[in-house]
Amino acid sequence: MSGQSFVDQLKQKFGDKISGANLENVDPWIEVTAEGIVEVCQYLHDEPSLAFDYLNSVTAVDYLHTDEKKAAKSDWQPHLEVVYHLFSMQHKHSLVLKVMLPRWLNDEVGKLPQIPTVSHIWMTADWHEREMYDLLGVEVTGHPNLRRILCPEDWVGHPLRKDYEMPLEYHGIRGR
Amino acid sequence: MTATIDDPRVIEFDVRTDEMLVNMGPQHPSTHGVLRLVLRTDGEVVSEVTPHIGYLHRCAEKIGENLTPRQWIPYTDRMDYLAGMNMNLGWSLAVEKLMKYEPPEKGRHLRVIISEMGRIASHLVGMGAYGLDLGSFSPFLYAFREREKILDLFEEACGARLTYSYLTVGGATADLPPGWLQKCSAFLDQFEPIIAEYHTLLTTNAIFVKRTAGIGVMSPEMAINYGTSGPVLRGSGVDHDLRRDGEEIYTAMYDGYAFEVIVEKNGHYPKDHNYPQVPSDTVLGDCWHRFYVRMLEVMQAIDLVRQGIEFYSTAKGSYGEPVKLNTKLPVGEAYLETEAPRGQMGFYIVSDGSPIPWRARARSSSFCNLSVTGPLCAGCLIADVPAIVGSLDIVMGEIDR
Repeated sequence: MSGQSFVDQLKQKFGDKISGANLENVDPWIEVTAEGIVEVCQYLHDEPSLAFDYLNSVTAVDYLHTDEKKAAKSDWQPHLEVVYHLFSMQHKHSLVLKVMLPRWLNDEVGKLPQIPTVSHIWMTADWHEREMYDLLGVEVTGHPNLRRILCPEDWVGHPLRKDYEMPLEYHGIRGR
Repeated sequence: MTATIDDPRVIEFDVRTDEMLVNMGPQHPSTHGVLRLVLRTDGEVVSEVTPHIGYLHRCAEKIGENLTPRQWIPYTDRMDYLAGMNMNLGWSLAVEKLMKYEPPEKGRHLRVIISEMGRIASHLVGMGAYGLDLGSFSPFLYAFREREKILDLFEEACGARLTYSYLTVGGATADLPPGWLQKCSAFLDQFEPIIAEYHTLLTTNAIFVKRTAGIGVMSPEMAINYGTSGPVLRGSGVDHDLRRDGEEIYTAMYDGYAFEVIVEKNGHYPKDHNYPQVPSDTVLGDCWHRFYVRMLEVMQAIDLVRQGIEFYSTAKGSYGEPVKLNTKLPVGEAYLETEAPRGQMGFYIVSDGSPIPWRARARSSSFCNLSVTGPLCAGCLIADVPAIVGSLDIVMGEIDR
């Protein structure tokens, strides 16, 4: 689905909100800015020739080397990537969108980065965004019910972050 | 004493009965594991259902970031523990997609045979447990009697009865033992007529139809919007099956196989078998249709296994040796969904070039299927809640991962 011409078409429509693309990967992806994601998703969902009516998954990937030696060698800065996998029931094509986020809002450790919700477009996103908030610490703004979903409500930290450390104890249960 | 309108009690309760919060689960027999539902009820009528999940969360994704893909295979077994073979297959194919590996011809047919047998076993539990939810105990025993024979076959092939770890990256851990195919076809011949029994016990049973027809009706638009998949999606009349519509690497596995997607079209299900008529009081998208799609998929799976046995016995070459445990993965990422018995099971793998994935993610089908319980149960009776949740055929191990 995502050939160069499609990327150009989106760029023409959304300008700077399309911040890049990787067409060499097994699943090519298109990068969208956090500000533009709702607008782009709404367009992809509503446009009859695209009709992405099915959201497979929303998740995030944490990019951080906890080992300093590896960090010095790596070619990227620490960041988070939110990944959307879309599918169209009508045309049977799929698309991958990515949004790059900082690991912490304004580089203040402990402040979660923010991304607007797409749960009003696809209801699938409701639970998937909750899971992303729970496990990866991405605050989804405008979400109707942003609570932890898999971990208990009073859990501290976001387990799928690379620098996450298991608590020493939880309600009297030994952790590490 | 006559109550006047000034009576504070009347104003407080607004002449209605009290609303009550009822906890269903986490240890409730009809919740298929540790699922907690909080019902807001007004008498017998449920106005709101909130599912609480996570009781079985075992950090599978975090563990996946610390193991090589082949080492993570046993953890995929434990996600959907009723269809371990199909979980193994989903993860293996996702890794193979990233590695651009193509399994040999014989391995391809072996995978079809094994995963379709897994589908039969899983749907048998789904069917039996659904009968149990609705208060009929005997179908459960009849279902387990047949499932036991499938488990015996699996045990002979890989040594395990529940957590197989049989299909793996590269192919399978071992070839099928000699004589296995004959036993398998003997089982299918014996099993096929028994399905008629299940139809008498449940599908056409007047009480069963009364309990499921017209209950929990889900429109196709809603099914798509909530990301449901598998029999739940097809039960709503959406013509979508990844074995036909999926990505090339998955559909290539079914090249040469003849099968029709089980979905109602123009008021009819595909007519390739003798099966009972659709009762007149059912509505497309209700609990009965979801159950019926599952039952027809059992027959479809029998056909596919038979074809697979034929292909497999003539195929030459290797069954697909597993890749080395510490094979380096190419840099990049891949996402692949496969049609597991409960719906589309997706696996996402991100690699930085080392043998251990940077991120392993499982997109669970039951997770999305369960998310519709809230809207589906609003307005129904308490007794219908187990009927609706049971018709989604969820497995908590897969939802909580």
